[in-house]
Amino acid sequence: MQEPNVPTSQVKALACPNCGGAVSLRGFGHTLNVVCVNCLSILDAKSPDLQLLQTFQERQRVFPLIPLGTRGKLHGDVYEVIGFQVREIMVNLVQYAWQEYLLFNSFKGFRYLTHYDGHWNDVKPIQGVPDPSRQGQKPAARWLGETYVHFQTADAETVFVMGEFPWQVRVGETVRTADYIAPPRVLSSETTDGEVTWSLGEYMTGEHVWRAFGMAGSPPAAHGVYANQPSPHEGKTGRAWLKAVWMLAALFSLMLLSSLWMGRQEAFRQKYSFSGSASEPSLVTPVFELKGRPSNVEILIHTDLNNEWAYFHLALIHESSGHALDFGREISYYHGRDSDGNWTEGRRGERVLVPTVAAGRYYLRVEPEMNVARAMSYELRVRRDVPVNLFFWIAAVLVVLPPVFVTLRGRQFESARWMESDYASSGSGDDEEEA
Amino acid sequence: MSRFHSNCPQCAGPIAFQWSSAVQTTCPHCRSILVRRDVDLERVGRVADLPPDSSPVQIATEGVFRRQAFVVVGRILYEYAQGGWNEWHLVFQDGASGWLSDAQASYAVSFLRQASATPPAASTLERGQQLTFDGHSYEVTALTRARYAGVEGELPFEYWDKEEVLFADLLSRDARFATIDYSDEPPLLFLGEAVEFEDLALKNLRRFEGW
Repeated sequence: MQEPNVPTSQVKALACPNCGGAVSLRGFGHTLNVVCVNCLSILDAKSPDLQLLQTFQERQRVFPLIPLGTRGKLHGDVYEVIGFQVREIMVNLVQYAWQEYLLFNSFKGFRYLTHYDGHWNDVKPIQGVPDPSRQGQKPAARWLGETYVHFQTADAETVFVMGEFPWQVRVGETVRTADYIAPPRVLSSETTDGEVTWSLGEYMTGEHVWRAFGMAGSPPAAHGVYANQPSPHEGKTGRAWLKAVWMLAALFSLMLLSSLWMGRQEAFRQKYSFSGSASEPSLVTPVFELKGRPSNVEILIHTDLNNEWAYFHLALIHESSGHALDFGREISYYHGRDSDGNWTEGRRGERVLVPTVAAGRYYLRVEPEMNVARAMSYELRVRRDVPVNLFFWIAAVLVVLPPVFVTLRGRQFESARWMESDYASSGSGDDEEEA
Repeated sequence: MSRFHSNCPQCAGPIAFQWSSAVQTTCPHCRSILVRRDVDLERVGRVADLPPDSSPVQIATEGVFRRQAFVVVGRILYEYAQGGWNEWHLVFQDGASGWLSDAQASYAVSFLRQASATPPAASTLERGQQLTFDGHSYEVTALTRARYAGVEGELPFEYWDKEEVLFADLLSRDARFATIDYSDEPPLLFLGEAVEFEDLALKNLRRFEGW
């Protein structure tokens, strides 16, 4: 019974009953319908004389990007392009057409490549019925432990066919399609006359397809974000935040260490009183010594102002050279009670930080100013080598910027993806689910 | 295993059974359909030429399913409106009998289940209906009226006098499948699972020109 015959992929001398053109078959006995390459009539491949099933003339010929008969390698197996169809859906009065390439391997069977605007999917039918479920507000489907979120349901019309098919194809036929996504995968159902078939696709780049099928030139550029296109930001967000957390921890340790290491010596401390009516408002402090390496100097003023203001003209003067560094601070402190309760405004103290002062002997010249009828007492303190945390805070902000940026980019990508779905209008309401 | 040997009552050619429980076989010499009656073989007809088909499996193909080696000893070829498919009869090392279905190079292995619960009558069955077998839930996904397009080799039943049969295909949510064959009374229930070609480690396959 084991015939030694080896099936051939070319059926001899078959002629199209419509135009007489030669018809070749690549799908062995699996082919049910074949389309004449010459006149695009759909023929019954099972009938000996290729009975005419449908003449096809209303539309312009579409040329597949990967020609029929091209062989390529997917998942380690050789596949041959034997069929090609264009299907179309209408969403908000806009037509979207995509291409489907039927691939055949005489041992492994059939799979498809779909193509839309530079985006490709490697699709295989599945033997099973995914479990209907929900993900947040959206319907979902569960298959083999993975949840696929509903993306779009539409009626797809076959508008162009070429080559061979192991099922009945007709131009003008419509099926209901539904896509559920778990990037980079997409679970799709097709319903015809109540019969549902499911397939599982995985996103492929044009470059990958071109390599797999040894295509010359470059694939069409991908535009926009496709339903199940993997996000280039996926996983990066978490990694970026983790990195930022480590860097912040390092920064704060450094901050702690530096504050322990800083000298923070008090060089001078003295209390004074002042009255607005004083004839000689300015005073000079005793000379004090600033020691060690060039470092910062902090001057603290603390007053007993009460519903009052004062202005301090200050100068840090180097004793021997007389070189002076001038600065000023306004201090005001008000408080009271109104219908909202107690309130305060301003503070009783101020702080001046002078960066990088060389060691040496210095004194301060102080010239306060205030309402003539008032008086105050105040304390002056001079400290050397105080920790400056501002730089650490700037560094911390810089560390946090990249993950914030990555997070925003990821959000942007996801919202671009869902813009093309049935849920486009609900917009940002989906954020908490995708995060 | 003692194999049953005999001679074809039609052409006297030697007939060697691969599987001791085979009920029907075809003579590889004269294509007679032979049915076992005790120790004798009765010729009940002659197989028509099998229509050309494209399954890579053939009689004597060997493979492995769930670590059990099997050999293909027979087949039934069915045809329906959307094409055809093969049910290859498998005999496992331990003598068990199973089926490898090949529908357009999409493969599944199944076994006859002595129904603990009898499947519902064909007239009450409809698509979308949920049925439970052995604790697993299945959905009726297709009802197919198929025609016997040919038989070959050793089979566990007499199929020679059958012409048309109704099949119910059932799929589960975890890649299991079931088939109910309404050619018999009570109907036959087969339970199995879809398999990948490479997982069967098939040997002695057909060759295809250009592949």
